[in-house]
Amino acid sequence: MAKITFITSDHETITVEGTSGSVMQLAVKNNIQGIDGDCGGVCSCATCHVHVPTEFQDKTGKASEIEKDMLEFEDNANESSRLSCQLDISEALDGIVLHIAN
Amino acid sequence: MSNQPTCVIIGASHAGVNCAFALRREGWEGAIHLYDSDPMLPYHRPPLSKGYLSGAEKIEDNVLKSADSYREENIHLHLGLKVTNIHPTDKHISLQDGSTQAYDHLVLATGARPLIPPIRGLESAQNIFSMRTAQDATDIREAFQASQNKRIAVIGGGYIGLETAASLKKLGAEAIILERENRILSRVTSPEMSQFFHQLHTEKGVQVWTQKNVVSVESNNQLNIIHCEDGTRYEADMIVLGVGIRVNTQLAETAGLDIHNGIRVDASTRTSDESIYAIGDCTYHHNPHYDCFIRLESVQNAVDQAKIAAAAICGKEPVYNSIPWFWSDQYDVKLQMVGLSNGYDEVVVRKEAGDGHRFSVWYFKGDTLLAVDAVNNAKAYVLGTKFIKGGTRVDKKQLADPTVDFKPAALILH
Repeated sequence: MAKITFITSDHETITVEGTSGSVMQLAVKNNIQGIDGDCGGVCSCATCHVHVPTEFQDKTGKASEIEKDMLEFEDNANESSRLSCQLDISEALDGIVLHIAN
Repeated sequence: MSNQPTCVIIGASHAGVNCAFALRREGWEGAIHLYDSDPMLPYHRPPLSKGYLSGAEKIEDNVLKSADSYREENIHLHLGLKVTNIHPTDKHISLQDGSTQAYDHLVLATGARPLIPPIRGLESAQNIFSMRTAQDATDIREAFQASQNKRIAVIGGGYIGLETAASLKKLGAEAIILERENRILSRVTSPEMSQFFHQLHTEKGVQVWTQKNVVSVESNNQLNIIHCEDGTRYEADMIVLGVGIRVNTQLAETAGLDIHNGIRVDASTRTSDESIYAIGDCTYHHNPHYDCFIRLESVQNAVDQAKIAAAAICGKEPVYNSIPWFWSDQYDVKLQMVGLSNGYDEVVVRKEAGDGHRFSVWYFKGDTLLAVDAVNNAKAYVLGTKFIKGGTRVDKKQLADPTVDFKPAALILH
């Protein structure tokens, strides 16, 4: 079980709980604004872009090469960018705060 | 009773579902009724021939939106219910159960259905399947598990057929692909890409046969014998059809809409009836970037047109102007495509050093970059997208040289 907090681009804060699957799936399940996941979670569309604050980056690990490439020319992309379909929910993510990029 | 207007959406797949939620985001306060004859909570279709078929995923893992989300957004989802007629004059639809529903705006997201080719004996063949719905994928999975010899013949070497063959091969199938044309993917990509995928499947142990026009299927005792025009024959326990689709235009016809290779829509996805919109696979629309009329079978087109229709219904004047993109996953290969390559006159292939399965094919017409097919190469895909969108002129010589930095600065023609 992990509690995950999303902060939308409209500065709305929503905390939800998940046990399995990806962070993108959890966000879609909870109808969280700005996470579309159009490709279903195969790192093909970049519609699940989040920023991971520095203090939580140890929990998420680093982006894979394909993920980095997909993010390269995205709007609002920076060093803290991740695709949330590539973040698997586990207890390690408990308490994390993610800022939705779009 | 409220005086709020009602929007009815027919078809609850990628296009219809996204349109319903986009309407709420655009501020639509009226009722939204979303219908589909498929009884399943709407799901992502692309995984059906990929992760779902090879057993790693469940349909529930791939729903487009949770049941709660429809409730939260006050979207009335009517599943397992077929719409039988549209009455455009007094603006209502008729349903299979005899009821009717009035609309102020109607959105057709009716998609397409698998084409069943005119092959003799097909209707009495054993274990024959199409691949379009969750039920199709479940049926294939169950028949495969029950099959003793697990010999699969895929008729049609398009993306659906190839993905299905790859997924079943992963599960231990003995698979063959029978393609009528002289190369697989002939309708959708270049000879370079066809050759790559032909070789990939061959390497993985799937037999790929081209110029095989299937003329009849003979079946007895759970066994199918597939006869081709050239006299060859193949045995298969299961047959999967992947020879293309037919657009679902029957309802649009009942409304008397303008139909030509799909339901004709304008830049705001409006049909020839000003209260009726059409989105997704079923539409024949103009692409401004390529200045051509086209029908596209893709998630991108479904989702983007859904948003355009929602904006138009809410009184905005949106213009559909997307660069098409697609993807396909087969074995360990991820193909990402952007643009439309129709009419290209030159191909530049860039092979990254080291690995034969990491390359990109760039399609040009003169100096204009039309499209990119990227194999295990997301960088090529995003660069291609950027260049196509920007109308950037690319230095083809630099592009073809894998030692040149894969960065805009090194590739833009000065």
